[in-house]
Amino acid sequence: MALLDVQNVHRAFGGVVAVNRASFQVEPGKIKSIIGPNGAGKTTLFNIISGVLASESGRILFKGKNIRGRRPYRIAEAGISRTFQNPSLFLQMSVLENVMVGRHARSRCGFASCCLSWPWQRREERAIREAALAEMAFVGVEAEGHAPAGSLAFGRRRMIELARALATEPELLLLDEPASGLNTRETDDLGELIRRIRDRGITVLLVEHDMALVMDISDEILVLHNGAVLAEGAPAEVQNDPRVISVYLGEDFQHAAAG
Amino acid sequence: MNWKSVIPVAILLATIIAVQGVTHALDKDYYLTQLTMAVYYSMVVIALCLVMGYAGQVSLGHGAFFAVGGYTTAFLTTHSFSPYEGTVWAGWLKQAHVFILKDDLFGNPIMTVTPWAAFTVALALTALVACLIGYPALRLTGHYLAMATLGFGLIVYKIILGTSWLGAADGITNVPSWTLVKGLTVCGKRDARIENYYIACGLVLLLILLLRNLLRSRVGRALQAMHDRETAANTMGINTSAIKLKAFVLSAMVSAVAGVFFTHYTGGIGPSEAGALKSVRYVALTAAGGMTNLWSVAAVSTTINFLSLRDFFGSYDNAVFGGLLIIIISVSPEGPLKPLGHWIRRVSQGRAAAKGVDHGAA
Repeated sequence: MALLDVQNVHRAFGGVVAVNRASFQVEPGKIKSIIGPNGAGKTTLFNIISGVLASESGRILFKGKNIRGRRPYRIAEAGISRTFQNPSLFLQMSVLENVMVGRHARSRCGFASCCLSWPWQRREERAIREAALAEMAFVGVEAEGHAPAGSLAFGRRRMIELARALATEPELLLLDEPASGLNTRETDDLGELIRRIRDRGITVLLVEHDMALVMDISDEILVLHNGAVLAEGAPAEVQNDPRVISVYLGEDFQHAAAG
Repeated sequence: MNWKSVIPVAILLATIIAVQGVTHALDKDYYLTQLTMAVYYSMVVIALCLVMGYAGQVSLGHGAFFAVGGYTTAFLTTHSFSPYEGTVWAGWLKQAHVFILKDDLFGNPIMTVTPWAAFTVALALTALVACLIGYPALRLTGHYLAMATLGFGLIVYKIILGTSWLGAADGITNVPSWTLVKGLTVCGKRDARIENYYIACGLVLLLILLLRNLLRSRVGRALQAMHDRETAANTMGINTSAIKLKAFVLSAMVSAVAGVFFTHYTGGIGPSEAGALKSVRYVALTAAGGMTNLWSVAAVSTTINFLSLRDFFGSYDNAVFGGLLIIIISVSPEGPLKPLGHWIRRVSQGRAAAKGVDHGAA
């Protein structure tokens, strides 16, 4: 059974159809990339899956359950986490606190026990901190713990956002252009990191413009064009699909493929 | 708990005791009356920090919540329920210490509600009302809560003015004293002045400590995250509308607690407590105190409310009040205590550095 089964999802903004009756599946334990030119509807699709935007039709099955129409926090609780195209950190808080927020869905203590600071609340707080530190170590930002998130460079913010998303213990991780704004070395590290995330058993769905990265790490690629699914398959298949080449990738890509 | 988090508590405690000592030494114990009232008002302002500084919403109805608390207890503890005395349920409630028999002003025995029971009812009523207002308003993004609470405040004010059994324009007087535990009584008697000053200060200190725990916890982080970026917070698993509502209800309930204590302390309550101007003052004081700094908010609101209650600003009260707030906000938008703290640190570090140089020279 597919981990994520998107069926006939549709979203228009006024007259502009951003996602046009798109259907696809994501198999567990895989890295799947969604590519397509700007305006193809990739981010809208992410927003629909994560519950930020509503789909006008269809179903979104996650582990067999329809999550369409659920609010984002419930989708996070179900096991889907995401990052944003522009790193969306809580800038007033420290790096560690940012990642600790990611543990929200996996912790319980409410207003009363937090006010009174019961022993079990302190125990949970310690567990939250440890889990957050572990994720920070995993992505390699453990040194930045107490720095205010707003003081960090763009590339670091991406990594912290990734640690925060991992802290929610997702089964499916949506990464929205994680390589944009990163330099070549950082991009290489990112590719390695995404593989390590998959090796932990977390399924990754990736929107990315960096074709070298996409071709390198993806198990499967989905091409979106004008909101509709144009092609789907293994990197080699998509690379050689004449529709993809003519509609979207153009000559650059053929050079890249040849090289 | 490390020593750093104990320092503010120690400073506040020392200030509370010093103020009482100084007023006593100067033979100005009567200052404590207004000070106690100012401290109760500052509870409302501290409660507003939770809504304004953390949940990112404005409530213009906190004066009304204060009044809901105050009027509930005032009504229940003064109204005669004697006509129901013979009924079965009145017997049960008397057994449960909800009803009590006492003499009214003219020496006639009447049955009223005990202060503790009235306090419980006041809290429950406030929570219910706050839920009803907050639930629809907080599901929408934007400042709908400000509008909803403004309307609520105006309605409460008009209802009080138009309801004879709430005393209409005169308010309710002769509210009995409230014995919290044996030896601690909330009342306006002259010889209980010092005791009541410490009750009020203790309550505020307790409130600050509880809120500080809350704000350092997972709930506090969630509130701050939501204030910063609501969508991102929601996708990280935070039920933003629920947490906003809870923060608002908690804040309203704290205001009601202040109202209940205030009413038993002053022995009565009037409709002006629910007035829109009162609520606007609370909001302004929260802003002037720095919104997220509970200590600073407590200090600013107690001081300014005290001066205002002592009639220090005379007939220009509102103007001076407004002017002071504008000055505080423009000079130090994070509240006056933060720059003061920076200054103290700079001076002490400067001294340490100077000492270091001395040692180096020697």
